[in-house]
Amino acid sequence: MREGRSLGFYLLAAFFAAYVLFLYGPMIVIFLLSFQGPTGGLTFPMAGFSLHWFGKLWEGGGIVDIGAAFRRSLALGLTVMVVTVVFSVLAGLGFRKKFRGQGLLFYTAIASLIVPSIITSLGIALMFRELDDFVKAYGPAWLTDGYTTSMGLFTSGLGAHLTWTLPFGLLIMFAIFNRFDARLEEAARDLGASPWQTFRYVVAPIILPSLIGVALFGFTLSWDEIARSSQAIGSYNTLPMELQALTTTVTTPQIYALGTTTTAVSFMVISVALLGIMYSRARQARKGSDAGKGLV
Amino acid sequence: MTTTDSIPTPRNPAAAAIASDPTLSREDASPLGRVLPGWVQAMPFGLVFLAFFVVPLILVVVVSFFDYNDYETIPSFTTRSYVENFEGCVSQLPDVCTILKTYGSTLKFCFLVWALTLVIGFTIAYFLAFHVRSVTVQMTLALVCTIPFWTSNVIRMISWIPLLGRNGLINQMLVGGHVVSQPVEWLLYSQFSVVLAFVHLFTFFMVIPIFNSMARIDKRLIEAAYDAGANGWQTLWNVIIPLAKPGIVIGSIFVVTIVMGDFITVGVMGGEQVASAGKVIETRLNALQFPPAAANAVLLLVVTLGIITLLTRVVDIRKEL
Repeated sequence: MREGRSLGFYLLAAFFAAYVLFLYGPMIVIFLLSFQGPTGGLTFPMAGFSLHWFGKLWEGGGIVDIGAAFRRSLALGLTVMVVTVVFSVLAGLGFRKKFRGQGLLFYTAIASLIVPSIITSLGIALMFRELDDFVKAYGPAWLTDGYTTSMGLFTSGLGAHLTWTLPFGLLIMFAIFNRFDARLEEAARDLGASPWQTFRYVVAPIILPSLIGVALFGFTLSWDEIARSSQAIGSYNTLPMELQALTTTVTTPQIYALGTTTTAVSFMVISVALLGIMYSRARQARKGSDAGKGLV
Repeated sequence: MTTTDSIPTPRNPAAAAIASDPTLSREDASPLGRVLPGWVQAMPFGLVFLAFFVVPLILVVVVSFFDYNDYETIPSFTTRSYVENFEGCVSQLPDVCTILKTYGSTLKFCFLVWALTLVIGFTIAYFLAFHVRSVTVQMTLALVCTIPFWTSNVIRMISWIPLLGRNGLINQMLVGGHVVSQPVEWLLYSQFSVVLAFVHLFTFFMVIPIFNSMARIDKRLIEAAYDAGANGWQTLWNVIIPLAKPGIVIGSIFVVTIVMGDFITVGVMGGEQVASAGKVIETRLNALQFPPAAANAVLLLVVTLGIITLLTRVVDIRKEL
C-alpha cells in the first residue's frame, strides 16, 4: 500500500497517546499522592514526601481491619483462580465434542456475563436466605444449634465470583481450541499415548500460555469484584468493598496509600502472569517442533 | 512424503470428537480411565451456573411477586411490588413519575457512554489494527490498553478526585490561569464525572472486540478498495465498518449492560446524588425490602435484555470467537 507514514497516522498516534495518558494519568496521580507528607491533603501540592500514610494503613489506624480484608480477598482470589482454570479447561475440552445442551450451556454462560451483576448478587442472596430458613426449620439439631447463615466467603461469595470469571475462562478456551491443530493429538494417539498422556504431554504444554491468561483473569476479576459480592459475600467484606465504603468516609491520603497497595498487588500478579506467558512461549519455541531441521 | 496427504485432518472440533470417540479408542492406562464424554467434562462448569445463576434468577422472579411488611418477606402472590414501582405514573401525568425519570436518566447515561466509548474505542482499535505494522508492537499496545482492566475499578474512580475535585489539579489550573474566578463545581460528583468514569473504565470493552474483528480483515480488501478508487473515508465506511460490525456489537452489548446495571460508579462518582436503575435495587436492598428489590431487578433485566436482543439481531456472537 502507500509508503511512508501519512498525516492520518500521526493524528491517530497522537489520539492513542492521549488515550493512554487518560487511562494511566489519574492512577499515576494517586500513586504520587499516596506518598504525601503527614500534613498534606487529598490534592496537590505535595506537603513533602513520606511513607506516613502507608504507615497509618499498616497500623490500621481507626479504620476497618484492612489487613484481614486483604487476606480474605487474597484467599478468595486464589481459590477463584484455581477453580476457574480447572473448570474452564474441562469445559473447553468438553465443548470440543458434541453433547446435548451445549448451546444452552454456552448461552447461559454468556447470559451470566451480561445480566447486570446486582441481579445475580440479589438472586444468590435470596437463595441462601431460603436455604438458611430451610436448615433452621428442618435441619438436625447438631446443625441448627448456633446456626446463623450458610452465606460466606467460600460459599455464596465464591459462587458469585465464579459466575463472573468462568464465562471469560470459557471464551478464552474457545479462542484457544478454535486455533488448536487437532492433528497433534491424532499424532500422539497414533504413537500410542493414552488420553491422559495426550493431554499432559501434548495439549497442556501448547495451551499453557493461554491457561496463565485464564488464571490471570480469574484472580484479578475476583480481586477487584464488588457488584456481585455486594449482596452475596456474607458478613465479612472483601478488600475492594471496604475500599468502596471508605471512599465516603476517609478524607486523608490514607485511601490513596490503600489504592497504591492494591494496585501494586494487581501489577505484581499481572507481571508474574505475563512473565509466565513469555517463559512458556519461549519454552515452546525451544522444545517445540523440530520439523524441517533435518536429522540430528 | 505423499502419505501425509491421506491422513485425515480434522480441523473442526466435531471431527476431532469423532476421531476421539472412546468406543473407537484402544485400551489405555490413563488415570482418568476412558476418555470422558463432553457433557461430563462440562458438568462442573454447568453446575456452577445452575446453582449460582439459573436458580438465583428464578428466585428473583418468584420473590418479586411476594408480599412484604416492615420486618419480613411474606410468601403470598401479589403484584404489589410492581404496582408500587409505577405508582403515580398515570395519575401524575403530565409529570413524569420517579421510576420513569430514573430509567430515563439511566438510558441517557447508557447512550452517552455508548456513543463515546464507541468512537474512542473504534479509533483506538483502528489505529492498532491498520496503522501499527509490527505484530509485536500491536500486541504490546493492546496489552497497554488492557492492563488497567485488571486493576481495581474503585481505585480508578477515586483517582479522579485529586484531578477533578474543588481544589483539584484542573481547578487549580483554571483559577491560576484566570480562566474562571471560582472553582468549577460540576467536575466531580456530577453527571459529568459519572460519564467520564464510565468512559475511563469501560472503553476497554469496545477496544478489544473491535480490534479482534479488525485484525481478521484481509488487508487485500483494503488494497482492493484503494485500487478501485475509494478514498480513505469510503474505505472506512464501506469496507472496514461493515467487517468490524461483530466487534462493534459485542463491545456495545458489554458497555450497555454494564452501564444499565451499574450502581457503584454512579454511587462513587455521583456522590450518591445521581439516580440509576441499579441504585434503586441497592437502596431497596439496604432497607431489606426484598420483593421490591426483586421487582426492580426483573424490570431492569427486561429492559437490558430488550436492548441486547435488538443488538444481537445484527450478529451471531458464537461465530465471532
